Amino acid sequence: MILDYSSSFHYVLALLPEVVLSCWGMLVLIMGVARRREPGHGQELGWMSLAGLGLAAVANGWLYWGVSEAGAAAMIAVDRFRLFANWVFILGAALSIVISLSYVTRQKLQAGEYYSLILFATIGMMFMGAARDLMIIFLGLELMSIGVYALVGFNRRDRRSAEAGLKYFLLGAFATGFLLFGIALVYGGAGSTNIHSIAGAIQSGNAANVLMVPGVALLAIGFGFKVALVPFHMWTPDVYDGAPTPVTAFMAAAVKTAAFVAFLRVFVVGLAGVYDQWWTVLWSLAAITMVAGNVVAVAQSSVKRMLAYSSIAHGGYLAVAVIAANDTATAALLFYLLVYTVMNIGAFAIVITVSDQSESNHRIEDYAGFGWRRPALGVFMTVFLLSLAGFPGTAGFIAKYQLLLGAAEAQLWVLAVVLVLTTVVSYWYYLRVAWFMWMREGDETSEAVAAAADPPLATHVVLVLCVGLILLGGIFPGAVLDLAIGSAEGLRGVMAGATATLAP
Amino acid sequence: MTDSLASIQILYEGWILHALVWLPILGLVHVMTSAGERAKNVAFWWSAAIFVLSMGLWWTFDAGSGGFTLESSTSWIESWGVSYALGLDGISVFMVLLTTLITPIAILGSFEYVKTRRRAFYALMLLLQTGVTGVFLATDIFLFYVFFELTLIPMYFIVGIWGGERRIYAAVKFFLYTAVGSLLMLVAILYIYFSSGTGSFSYGAFLAADLTMREQLWLFAAFALAFGIKVPIFPLHTWLPDAHVEAPTPGSVILASLLLKMGTYGFLRFLLPFFPGASQHPTVVVVMLTLGVAGIIYAAWVAAVQPDAKKLVAYTSVAHMGFVMIGVFALTVNGLQGGLVVMISHGVSTGALFLLLGMMYERRHSRLIEDFGGIGRVAPMFATAFVITALASIGLPGTSGFIGEFLALIGTFETHAVTAIVAATGVIFAAYYMLPMVQRVLFNKLDKPENRSFADLSRREMVVLGPLVALMIWVGVHPTPFLERMEPSVQVVLERVEVARTAAQRGAPERMLADPGVAEEADSRHMTGTADEEDQDR
Repeated sequence: MILDYSSSFHYVLALLPEVVLSCWGMLVLIMGVARRREPGHGQELGWMSLAGLGLAAVANGWLYWGVSEAGAAAMIAVDRFRLFANWVFILGAALSIVISLSYVTRQKLQAGEYYSLILFATIGMMFMGAARDLMIIFLGLELMSIGVYALVGFNRRDRRSAEAGLKYFLLGAFATGFLLFGIALVYGGAGSTNIHSIAGAIQSGNAANVLMVPGVALLAIGFGFKVALVPFHMWTPDVYDGAPTPVTAFMAAAVKTAAFVAFLRVFVVGLAGVYDQWWTVLWSLAAITMVAGNVVAVAQSSVKRMLAYSSIAHGGYLAVAVIAANDTATAALLFYLLVYTVMNIGAFAIVITVSDQSESNHRIEDYAGFGWRRPALGVFMTVFLLSLAGFPGTAGFIAKYQLLLGAAEAQLWVLAVVLVLTTVVSYWYYLRVAWFMWMREGDETSEAVAAAADPPLATHVVLVLCVGLILLGGIFPGAVLDLAIGSAEGLRGVMAGATATLAP
Repeated sequence: MTDSLASIQILYEGWILHALVWLPILGLVHVMTSAGERAKNVAFWWSAAIFVLSMGLWWTFDAGSGGFTLESSTSWIESWGVSYALGLDGISVFMVLLTTLITPIAILGSFEYVKTRRRAFYALMLLLQTGVTGVFLATDIFLFYVFFELTLIPMYFIVGIWGGERRIYAAVKFFLYTAVGSLLMLVAILYIYFSSGTGSFSYGAFLAADLTMREQLWLFAAFALAFGIKVPIFPLHTWLPDAHVEAPTPGSVILASLLLKMGTYGFLRFLLPFFPGASQHPTVVVVMLTLGVAGIIYAAWVAAVQPDAKKLVAYTSVAHMGFVMIGVFALTVNGLQGGLVVMISHGVSTGALFLLLGMMYERRHSRLIEDFGGIGRVAPMFATAFVITALASIGLPGTSGFIGEFLALIGTFETHAVTAIVAATGVIFAAYYMLPMVQRVLFNKLDKPENRSFADLSRREMVVLGPLVALMIWVGVHPTPFLERMEPSVQVVLERVEVARTAAQRGAPERMLADPGVAEEADSRHMTGTADEEDQDR
């Protein structure tokens, strides 16, 4: 089926996953109010939200394989780049919800609001991935951010959660201001908020440089904040540390994905004409982020906080894909984000299992001897850590390799060397958890922690699924990798189409 | 009869390489599913069966023209041009056989040493075997890299979990050192991949890449760092004493016998053929030879003052690897063959030394030389094995060590006489550190009462040491079967270097040449160049 945007019904079809999920999110919210007094309603609502994500995934599959679009200048993209990103959002949200199932009950959170906020934030992400217009990006960003602000501060009984929520909200609002101001300036310079029209205006020399330069800079700051590039990362450790752990997993995986997808589309498609102006800036940001993220992670004594800094470091790696600005790197970004979602949520699932109701037990000492006490969980965690470190045999390596291929294709050799050297630094802190788990004998506290760590069946399923995907992606990456490469070519196809329509 | 034999051989050659790589994984699964006590037997019988299978290669291997035989290749990651490609030549066949021999011996030697968490230990040992075998058989660079890195994880855990006091420090140091080098090599691999333009990671495609001298030198540096840390070459060796000493006996054996060989193998297999220009660049050759010689002499001196016998043996590894390096960078047939024989000999004799030290430790819970003395009187079999192994290690004529070091020195003498002469003193130093140790442990007075009850070799220990001792003497007395199998492949490597040399002589006069005379000339030219610049500065 070919979508033709002259019919507004086709617009609805193009947004089918978002539409499905919006309706479902409201349903979950209503159900949450209606059944709030019934015991066990938290689990029910969780499963219900999963069903909604399943439906959205079906709709997304239909768009991916069954639909193509005519014309490229619409506000909503139906290219495979967006739809692949949607898979990542849906997967990230679904995995986060599964690892929340027991957590929500344990921490006595309001399930209806919790799950519907996750769903609405996911819709915001989908809009960010779909947007071909800066305004849509802004709307998606706000929808996502407001949901996530609330989720971060969701555990009202926990002071750190409240603090993190407030911090994230204040800094986030500030950064959104930067982004919006950037959008305004770019609009002033290029005369449009449509990404393809901006590209066309730059190409034909109609964009006013005096407005474009500060506009692009402000956009870079806004996105840099959302993807946590150093020095705009200050919020990340505190927020990741203070937020309820499943929310941290959700943020590190899905929020980062959304921000990067929009980042890439705006800069690589819309601002390709001024590549010379922004690439050095992003180059330095990426290099600093990789170095600082990894070096500071070394010093962390809390596993949750270590994962927060590692997430900053991964943001640095991913920024390399934006700078490389070619198909290989775009595919790498998509594949990397998919893999990152799986391995990161897997690692956080273990962190949730180890921690208790008071959200303590995040210290690395609490993991001493954990592997021998809980061999299966220990092996899973080791696989996640090795994959995060990008070790051969895991999907993390394949993703990092594709990224290096993209960087090499763009002749970014210095950045590639920085990437691999900081990766060595990351080996230190990932392996540190492994050595506590397997090489240290546990003391009384850590023995008690290991004995108490007994995740529910649903978490076990998620863990097995994540490990399976990581090993499969590491040993036989062919199918998924080709999917990512094909999806990245979708972006270029539209780019070529757009220049064709705009050229005359 | 011959027909059926031939068809069996064809059948065998069809699957043997894949079997050698993947059978240990099957064994791993079997080990994981057997009860703790039985795990060691299961692991041993799997690795022994793999060894028996691999022995067929000794007879069926046909060096032929020196290229790869038994090659097979299947596409693995199509969009990158990566294939699962294995092949065997005269260099790798010995490394593979060494792997299949050492692994069951190390496993058998660990029966008394490893008493906790046996299942995990033997599973990791078999995983390690897959990694090492894969490194030696892979003919796709990407596949090679994956196996090369894969060996790190099991070794990290073996050292870190079953090692001595400072095991975690040693394990992490080992891991990080090796990772720095190999990740930079990864970037270099990508560079060659893009400049070859074939879109393939196969060995042949990488050979075909046309690289300028400048590129070759940079890439050479990246590869040499990766393999040089693994070897280890002199200033990069500091991880080795820690890892060797802290590792449990079987870990030390595998580390010394097999993992170090991955580094020297990398020099032979990848560095010389990929960068023939850089490999004979006079500065590079001088640097590599100097580092080789420095390693030989430095390690010998340091070894001589070690109170800990295991640390002493660890340092001898650095010295032996120095001989391999000078043999390789002599760029002569004798030198390369000598290097290869030293690799085999070191794998056998140092492995045996670590096993012997492990046995001493199991009996006395000490590795300090001063805690022993007069062991020869109470344990004659043990002493015999120890003496033969020590002599093979220092290179006494009639043992494997002699053949290797002699050939390496001759090969070096042909092109770099002074280096060879200096390096030859290393053989004397070897006697200087090894023989006093032997004397203080085995002979001297039996003055410590604990040593009176020092048990002689058990039957298991004889099975462990027997094949190694036999091999030391066999290679020492009759090395021809080894040399004739490796020669064609060594020739192939050298021809490639030779072609680059003549091309350089004909094409680019500014490129410096490996011929020592010309090198001197180039050096003096370089010096006058600097003088000129200084003049201009003034």
